[in-house]
Amino acid sequence: MSLAGIVFYILAVISISMVGVLVLITTNYDLSLAETVFYILAAISLVGALGVVATRNVIYASFLLLTSLMGVASIYLLLLAEFLALVQILIYGGAVIIVILFFIMLTRVHEVKSITDNSQKPFAFITSLLVFGLLLAGILNSNIEVGERSSVPFTELGTSLFTQWAVPFEVASLVLLIALIGAIVIARPKEDE
Amino acid sequence: MSLIIDVGMRVSLILGLLTGLSVVVLSLVWVERKFLGRIQMRMGPMVVGPYGLLQPVADAIKLVAKEDLLSPWVDRIVYWIAPLAVFIPSFMIWVTIPISRDIVIRNMDMGLFYIIAFSVLSIVGLVAAGWASSNKYAVLGGFRAAAQLISYEIPLIMAVLGVAMLAQSLNLQEIVNQQDTYVYALVQPLGLLIFFIAGLAEIGRTPFDIHPAESEVVGGPFVEYSGAHWSIFFLAEYINTFAVAALTVLMFLGGWLLPGLSGGAITTVGVLVFFAKTYLVILIIFWFRGTFPRLRIDQLMSFGWKMLVPLSFLNIILTGCYMFYGWPAWLMSIISVTILASVFWLVSKRMNNTKKEYTVHIYKPESLEVKNAG
Repeated sequence: MSLAGIVFYILAVISISMVGVLVLITTNYDLSLAETVFYILAAISLVGALGVVATRNVIYASFLLLTSLMGVASIYLLLLAEFLALVQILIYGGAVIIVILFFIMLTRVHEVKSITDNSQKPFAFITSLLVFGLLLAGILNSNIEVGERSSVPFTELGTSLFTQWAVPFEVASLVLLIALIGAIVIARPKEDE
Repeated sequence: MSLIIDVGMRVSLILGLLTGLSVVVLSLVWVERKFLGRIQMRMGPMVVGPYGLLQPVADAIKLVAKEDLLSPWVDRIVYWIAPLAVFIPSFMIWVTIPISRDIVIRNMDMGLFYIIAFSVLSIVGLVAAGWASSNKYAVLGGFRAAAQLISYEIPLIMAVLGVAMLAQSLNLQEIVNQQDTYVYALVQPLGLLIFFIAGLAEIGRTPFDIHPAESEVVGGPFVEYSGAHWSIFFLAEYINTFAVAALTVLMFLGGWLLPGLSGGAITTVGVLVFFAKTYLVILIIFWFRGTFPRLRIDQLMSFGWKMLVPLSFLNIILTGCYMFYGWPAWLMSIISVTILASVFWLVSKRMNNTKKEYTVHIYKPESLEVKNAG
């Protein structure tokens, strides 16, 4: 019987929609609800991020990465930055697919568990400690103002992107174009083959 | 207390949407089997209920009662989560799709962008399902799904952008309201065709059902799935089909608007108009399924990148000129139709070309032997 499957899927859909509803209705209530929801979302993204480094299975890691990024997207939504949240979902959703594709191309399902520590561990430890220290110092030294949440209409965002910030925008797209052409040149088969 | 009521109300709204979509899927299954039967000079389902109306219900009961078959080498956790990763985005899209004026769960200013963002997520589930099955056909199917969906995402977004430029909005309500003088299908036949083709590829229906192709990869990512797990994929596929048809109707065919319909009647009669239009588009999709052969994977990719992507950019440029210089709408339609006609001419010329051209390099046996000898 696949009754267990049906029950699992129904429960999962309900619980995920519960989180979504909670995120969306925070504007109707005072800030204490928003704070509670924020802690739930922060826990989701932190657990996801911890899982990425803790698990030995690359596919699990990529799924947990997606969970973590979606948690961050929900936090953007909580801050009424709808556009940023959707961009996060669109871009990192696609990125995680590409990551999974590379994993599948480079590993096999029964080989995954055999990935073990390598000699780069201490260097990785030092680097991450340095980055952590830098971020912590940055956060502690900055005076972040706590203001009211307010949503910016995306038409305003578009206007400022194409007028005030037009040059950085164009430079970014040029860099992407160069990367695209580079990828095509590298992937192209040799003429004499 | 009011918080609990609020959350409860919205969750029940979502469950109501889920139930409604399930009913729509059941109806779609029946319509598809009946319609395909008629195309093939058969009666379609006739035994269960009058005109076989209860056949999908019987199918659903059979699916749930099926034994859960799991190969021992399957990765259990990803195997269970993958259907959800496909289903939830396709279901969440419906939160912002209106079925009539003001009949929508949540009207968003960035509705179209939201829909595009979430439709990308379901690919993760397909690829993960392929990997978790630990079956070479499933993995190949997952690869095909990723390649296909990523390449067809671009023309889809570009076609949507054309409409957004015309309506000056990403809000689906607003887009439909803008079409009260003429529907956008008249101004943008090119955009309509690009959106429809790319949408078909996005949901993986014939002629683009490359990733579940039975004769090549025996069902693709779904090979190892059965029972309830498989039914979730099935549900997602049909919900997506319905969503693509509904979006075509909302963006190009005027949604719930009908000439002669005005005033308060729009909201109530509009639901019927919307469903009638959507089911017509769905019948076209099923008609394609009954009559078109499947594309080869290299044909699919070259069609997407060499035909649809340039055409969709052309559509954007045309729409931009139209908006900027204030061309009359009929000029835009004429240009669009001319481009379409020339594309059809080019395609038919190429199809009649008997010389075989492969975009993928295929080694002929003779050349391999020569290589070995040398």
